[in-house]
Amino acid sequence: MTQTAADSPARRQRAQIKERTLRTDQWWRYPLVTFIIFTAFLVYATWAIFDMDYFVSPYHAPFASPCLATSCPEEARLFGLAPFGDWYTWPPGILILGLPAGFRFTCYYYRKAYYRGFWLSPPACAVGEPHRTYTGESRFPLILQNVHRYFFYAAIVIGLILAYDAVLALVHKPAGLGTWILIANAILINLYTLSCHSCRHITAGRLTHFSRHPVRYKAWTVVSKLNAKHQELALVSMFSVMGADLYVRLVAKGIVSFPFA
Amino acid sequence: MEIERHEYDVVVIGAGGAGLRAAIEARQQGKRTAIVCKSLFGKAHTVMAEGGAAAAMGNVNSDDNWMVHFRDTMRGGKFLNNWRMAELHAKEAPDRVWELEAWGALFDRTKDGKISQRNFGGHEYPRLAHVGDRTGLEMIRTLQQRVVALQQEDERLHGDAEAYIKVFAECTITRLLKDHGPAHGPGGAIAGAFGYWREHGRLILFDAPAVVLATGGIGKSYVVTSNSWEYTGDGHALALLAGAKLINMEFIQFHPTGMVWPPSVRGILVTESVRGDGGVLRNSEGRRFMFDYIPEVFKDKYATTEEEGDRWYTDQANNRRPPELLPRDEVARAINAEVKAGRGSPQGGVYLDVSTRLPAAEIVRRLPSMHHQFKELADVDITAEPMQVGPTCHYIMGGVEVDADTGAAAVPGLFAAGEVSGGMHGSNRLGGNSLSDLLVFGRRAGAGAAAYVDRLAARPSVPEESVAAARTEALAPLERSGENPYEVHQELQRTMNELVGIIRNADEVTEALEAVGKLKERARNVGAAGGRIYNPGWHLALDLRNMLLVSECVARAALLREESRGGHTRDDFPGMSAEWRRRLLVCGASPDGSAVTVEEKVQPAMRDDLITLFDRAELEKYITSEELADFDALVKE
Amino acid sequence: MSYKAKFRVWRGEGGEGRLEDFTVEVNEGEVVLDIIHRLQATQAPDLAVRWNCKAGKCGSCSMEINGKPRLGCMTRMSTFTEDETITVTPMRTFPVIKDLVTDVSFNYQKAREIPSFTPPADVKPGEYRMQQIDVERSQEFRKCIECFMCNNVCHVIRDHEENKPGFAGPRFLMRIAELDMHPYDVVDRKDAAQEEHGLGYCNITKCCTEVCPEHIKITDNALIPMKERVVDRKYDPLVWLGNKIFKRSGSKS
Repeated sequence: MTQTAADSPARRQRAQIKERTLRTDQWWRYPLVTFIIFTAFLVYATWAIFDMDYFVSPYHAPFASPCLATSCPEEARLFGLAPFGDWYTWPPGILILGLPAGFRFTCYYYRKAYYRGFWLSPPACAVGEPHRTYTGESRFPLILQNVHRYFFYAAIVIGLILAYDAVLALVHKPAGLGTWILIANAILINLYTLSCHSCRHITAGRLTHFSRHPVRYKAWTVVSKLNAKHQELALVSMFSVMGADLYVRLVAKGIVSFPFA
Repeated sequence: MEIERHEYDVVVIGAGGAGLRAAIEARQQGKRTAIVCKSLFGKAHTVMAEGGAAAAMGNVNSDDNWMVHFRDTMRGGKFLNNWRMAELHAKEAPDRVWELEAWGALFDRTKDGKISQRNFGGHEYPRLAHVGDRTGLEMIRTLQQRVVALQQEDERLHGDAEAYIKVFAECTITRLLKDHGPAHGPGGAIAGAFGYWREHGRLILFDAPAVVLATGGIGKSYVVTSNSWEYTGDGHALALLAGAKLINMEFIQFHPTGMVWPPSVRGILVTESVRGDGGVLRNSEGRRFMFDYIPEVFKDKYATTEEEGDRWYTDQANNRRPPELLPRDEVARAINAEVKAGRGSPQGGVYLDVSTRLPAAEIVRRLPSMHHQFKELADVDITAEPMQVGPTCHYIMGGVEVDADTGAAAVPGLFAAGEVSGGMHGSNRLGGNSLSDLLVFGRRAGAGAAAYVDRLAARPSVPEESVAAARTEALAPLERSGENPYEVHQELQRTMNELVGIIRNADEVTEALEAVGKLKERARNVGAAGGRIYNPGWHLALDLRNMLLVSECVARAALLREESRGGHTRDDFPGMSAEWRRRLLVCGASPDGSAVTVEEKVQPAMRDDLITLFDRAELEKYITSEELADFDALVKE
Repeated sequence: MSYKAKFRVWRGEGGEGRLEDFTVEVNEGEVVLDIIHRLQATQAPDLAVRWNCKAGKCGSCSMEINGKPRLGCMTRMSTFTEDETITVTPMRTFPVIKDLVTDVSFNYQKAREIPSFTPPADVKPGEYRMQQIDVERSQEFRKCIECFMCNNVCHVIRDHEENKPGFAGPRFLMRIAELDMHPYDVVDRKDAAQEEHGLGYCNITKCCTEVCPEHIKITDNALIPMKERVVDRKYDPLVWLGNKIFKRSGSKS
């Protein structure tokens, strides 16, 4: 205890153990796998942004949806609108991808994963990190992570648009494999969005008295159940959006072509 | 070597429920208070309490009140209780529980937002305020946080958080010191306490006119016990050596359901809530054997068929409770008898099964820490298979003889509360009465100590020669290179477990007394290798004195009491005797601990308004015909 | 049933020390703490280890077993292979007193820095009315047995001693969340959580949750909700504006 104030400075020391960790399990697997998966996703996303084969009726590649300029095919425009007009000629993804990307970048799960996998802060529990100093999210730039809830609001809109895309596909091509891929993706994306910690906070987490807000409490319990699976939903929806996007592009390029494609 | 000295008004030894509550009270009354504890702050054995705190708040059944609680307590203790303590306890427990809530405790709730109360063995109505099955933890944390709150207040007011209440953690007291000067009467008065820091082995002396003992029990004198290493009877022994008396030391509660497997966790408690929530006891033949063990005095209160017992869980108004919920002593004896008759489980217990009684999810919700405990410690999933359980040494009803209202012991300046004090629970404690006991009498002892300090004309001072003697005694094991203290300890545990256990007889107890006598000799020569810094061998060597002293009291009292009652069962005297009910056995010792004596003392008769709370038919089973005649006269008036 | 296990136990006083090798008997059903006790009783009587209940309820026997923070009493020997060498060291984040015993006073100091539960002045004991669903969140945090392994494993202070003054650690940030969610607590704790107790240092890497022997979801249920509450207060202009307009003076809804 404090009052036993040790006399010699040696008494105040931690155990001097040279090893960064004495863990004997494969603690490095988690950061390594995270690093590989996220890097692969980034590489794919970068390619997809500049790939222009993002639409083949009635499928719209998720990475390029919504399309908000006249440069995209008329059918691909959201509700037929093109608010950015004809001056915008770059790939449509650049306009909107910042929103879902921002959502994922500031997501509490992704933060854990890339702080561990990319920044090694820490690489794994009870494994020493290589940085000399650490201030975490207490100051700029990482304090900006606190904007997560705004990206959440945007992600809801994007999620609804992907659902709308999937419905359109269903209307026009109910038997298409692509339709069902888009539907599955839309469901997963929306589940991931709803399972977000900010969402949990907004539904009722911020309240002190659940009992005075029974409807919001009910919503909170549902979101809480999803939230417990946030990591899984984040990863599965990441694969699904990448898969759906790739599939649409392959169809658009004619690489995949069979009657029910 | 330098001895660290501190001056306080009140020194509380022990930081469990009773100690913390006493310290809070003393501090709230403006006394400079020290809390001295063997473990870290917040680790006391109270955290192990699972079921709850009994308090007749009437939140679940509004028929409950202090009188019903009082009756249950007396009945549970087989009418041997100090009735004044039982009365105070039943009356004040609700206030003490509500007070915890105002300090931040979060008990489970009823539908209308009050504190929920659960059923427990021996309690007529649902009465135990609880938090899942970790009520003790909630209580200790709340009291701990209350101490911190007071320290924060002192910091604001005086600039020093520890000005009025300070915790000396991992510090063991080895002697109480007295002033025998003319101002303090023939027997002397408490002047301080002497001990050592576990961390670095330095010695420490408290100058204080009042000491509150709240050191808990003695379970570490037994092999199979639910108690942690701290339970070495320190307070009992310190009180004896200071000239105070112990009563009821023969009454030791063996909790019926301790884990029996694996060996390393043998004795660890399986909460009574398992049975309260529907768990049943079966022997190896699959029979619910408790129906065969309902004693005469309880015949009309317990179900006689499995069907009725099962109905009780859902309809308590119209059915009698199942015999699994008999008081602990009855259940412990029944299990003991089944195992002895060869109907036990492979590892020497019986089966406690909740898996066939409740859905898995319900078990996990209602008994989370039991589920966790079996999963982690024994690799048993209690939602899928029965537990194996057997009796384990759990609680000592006996302890320092105190004044009910103030917690004062016979020695001026000495107070005791909680398990270390005796009388409240008579010959057997009801589950749930312990946590409330800690609060009620912790507060009273704290207040008693504060009032004593206020009344004191002259502050006693510690005589230097007694400090020197205490110092020599404390350091002695380090200077010897004798026997390993662990061996003496293990032998003591075996002796007590086998010879002064659940079932006793004159021959075995006599044999135990001889063995303890020899162990006392050996203990004088144990040595502790190593230095003074956190040296567990040294600590154990010092604790041995206390365990041996207390064990001797237990054995001597057990030999004298020629009847079976509550936590004392003699197979050579199987009946309960109305004559013995009025007799208390009082244990004393010489200042060096060599001569332990036990004397009989008459228990004062119950106050008129209290005894008339009982039916004549019930009293008949317990009291003598003369007492019964007095009762009849009283009722006629 | 029993076998000889190879143990390496860190022994020393103050910071100085080294790993010592032991060969020791292990029986069926035993946990690491049993083995440490066997070492005490047979080979090293002055081997220091802190323990109390031996049932995972008091949180005293926190140590690092094969590099992972664990309770000695809750780590079954059957989780290791018989030929494995088991390394036992004291918690790294706190100064060592002796062998496996560390000075955890950091935690008690932090506990004292968190303002206590503060009910409204006009509610008397016995008058408290709370719904079960309103107390459940805080009840989860009150399961904490204060083993301090979350504070030990948290890299914010484990790897950066200099952060200790400004960071309360997961245990006490969770305590703030517990009080902030308490139906009767009237203190506004959001600014202090961020400014004084270092909630911003947490980068939610969840090691506290991973090591918690009570399986409390410290990160998901306490730290992140608390971060979100801080965002309400400090970083969300919409909430700020809303509070201005509707004059919701307190933080409590």
